[in-house]
Amino acid sequence: MAKDDFKLNYEASHGKEITDEEAKVLKKLAHKNTKKMSTGDIIFVICNTIFLILFTLITLYPVLNTVAYSFNDGLDAVRGHIYLWPRKPSIESYATVFAIQGFVQGAKITVARTVLGTLSSLVANALLAFVISRKRFLFRSQLSLFWVITMYVNGGMIPVMLLYKYLGLTSSFWVYVIPGMVSAFNVMVLRTYMEDLPTELEESAQLDGAGYITIFVKIISPLCKPVYATVALFVAVWQWNSWFDAMLYNRLKTEYTTLQYELMKLLNSVMQQSGSGNSTSQSTTTSKQVTPVSVRSAATVVTMVPILCLYPFLQRYFVTGLTIGGVKG
Amino acid sequence: MANEFEQVENSEKVVEEFVAETAKNEEVEVKAKESVMPKAPSKLKLSKGELKRQSVLLVISAIFVLYGILFYYLPLGGWIMAFQNFKLKTGFLHSKWVWFAKFKFLFPTLKFWTREFWDGEFIRVIRNTLGMGVLNLATTFIMAIVFAILLNEVKNKFGKKMVQTISYLPHFLSWIIVTGIVHDSLSSTGIINELLRNLHIINDSYNFFAHPAWFWPIVAFSNVWKETGWNAIIYLAAITAIDPCLYEAAEIDGAGRWGKMKYITLPSIAPTIMILLVMNIGNVLNAGFEVQYLLGNGLVQKVSQTIDIYVLKWGISQMDYSLGTAAGIFKSVVAIVLIVISNTIAKKAGQESLF
Repeated sequence: MAKDDFKLNYEASHGKEITDEEAKVLKKLAHKNTKKMSTGDIIFVICNTIFLILFTLITLYPVLNTVAYSFNDGLDAVRGHIYLWPRKPSIESYATVFAIQGFVQGAKITVARTVLGTLSSLVANALLAFVISRKRFLFRSQLSLFWVITMYVNGGMIPVMLLYKYLGLTSSFWVYVIPGMVSAFNVMVLRTYMEDLPTELEESAQLDGAGYITIFVKIISPLCKPVYATVALFVAVWQWNSWFDAMLYNRLKTEYTTLQYELMKLLNSVMQQSGSGNSTSQSTTTSKQVTPVSVRSAATVVTMVPILCLYPFLQRYFVTGLTIGGVKG
Repeated sequence: MANEFEQVENSEKVVEEFVAETAKNEEVEVKAKESVMPKAPSKLKLSKGELKRQSVLLVISAIFVLYGILFYYLPLGGWIMAFQNFKLKTGFLHSKWVWFAKFKFLFPTLKFWTREFWDGEFIRVIRNTLGMGVLNLATTFIMAIVFAILLNEVKNKFGKKMVQTISYLPHFLSWIIVTGIVHDSLSSTGIINELLRNLHIINDSYNFFAHPAWFWPIVAFSNVWKETGWNAIIYLAAITAIDPCLYEAAEIDGAGRWGKMKYITLPSIAPTIMILLVMNIGNVLNAGFEVQYLLGNGLVQKVSQTIDIYVLKWGISQMDYSLGTAAGIFKSVVAIVLIVISNTIAKKAGQESLF
């Protein structure tokens, strides 16, 4: 930091002018202040560190505990008291999980819907964002408003379900891919990014006779790689974690079950026990049999592992995406 | 790494510009509606040549408009079901019209000063939805801000990065997994009961899920656990964008850590807080489904049932499509009212607003 900078800042924040000499002294003072920590500061740092360590522990412990349970022998695990490490190591629970037919089928469908859904959604959202972000486009603001409205108004669960029924989307795989293809939120994220790109490239390409499709594929898309990654990540996580659509639209079609829905069925058998087995509106999928804790843990680990392996590497993408689009909701 | 920080700083500006620009766009929108011919915001005229030049864009947008009408606007037409006794067999055209009978079922009495009104099932459902929504919003919001500010105070770069990376983790887990974890932790053999027993606070295991009083706090905690780190991202980005000179100036004035947080950090991220608050208030009702559905059980039904669960129960399980739609309409209307109210408050407070 240059000396002048410091002086100007001080003057601006205090509304009075100071000489260079004074500035020097003040700066030294400020420097001293930062070097020497007061007792209050030390207490703060200790408390803050304890708080953050506790926070990290509370976040991480349940996940690690689940992993420990999943690698423990099934019968032994029922006794409890397993914390971060399995007591009687075994991978039998994983074998059990992969022997559950619905689970394997669910995994296949989940992978398929994540891949197909992410690709189609990315293409559709990018194309729409491209059109909306063309400054010359005649119906630009109308088209934008048309999609912004969809963020706030929707028909609700029943009309949407009936629509899918009439369209023949229920009891089919495509209900996972087609209806959710365009998301106004993601379009807004992409559009904001595209609007910030320099227009000169596009204009010179237009002079060379390039059409809009060429501009989209050859000029805009390569520049948008980071934001494409962001949106792809959002969609992929959403696809991977969805369960309600499988339950609502494909409950009777076991060939279209998903991983999360199968996991829900496994976990639910225990959850309903705490309610003393009272029949509720939610027990439609409950089976009477209780799944052992190690098997439940193994299924949970299988379901979360792919995402947990990926997300630390994609951090910078979702930070960008959130700050661009987060504010528009 | 350096690139990442630049991006974060830039994006803060981008956000502001974006909000300002959208506001402008929408002004144009209103004007366009007033005149008969829709005009583009730029000086471009709706001429034949221009239309031809943009034919590709027009075709693409037409496809998207058709898609949007089909999947987003057409279901709104389904709202007429709420005024019929809709049966799949008879369809929209031949189902019997019952007008407001379904709404009367939701609100048997409108005399809100009587006990009878407040004891109604749907009133309780609304109370649960709003209550849990507001509680969740308040707790997750405050936790995210506190976490962001405290994390920002950490000087050790590696530690900071590690804590932040771990803090995102739960966001990527599905609610199925999160509720499973919460359930296991609170179960009679779970870690919480074990801790309480070892500390001799209780002698026998306590069943948290059998007591209605615990349900709302458990739901709020689940939300905090899952989303704190994720929600803090945007605040951390805003904090990174604060001019470091401000802190230096404050230091000279003798401000300690506490003073700097109170007088520099918090006011600097206030606009971000405001926008996010306005946005999230509109979403309060949407947050009332997955956790409640997955964690609820017969014993706590009175405090766990939300509008969406009610719709599922009557509309899907009982096949009363009309009643489910009526409850859904009510939810949409309340959501829009909430958005408009929060937006007006934000405008009055001189903060940025959505529209």
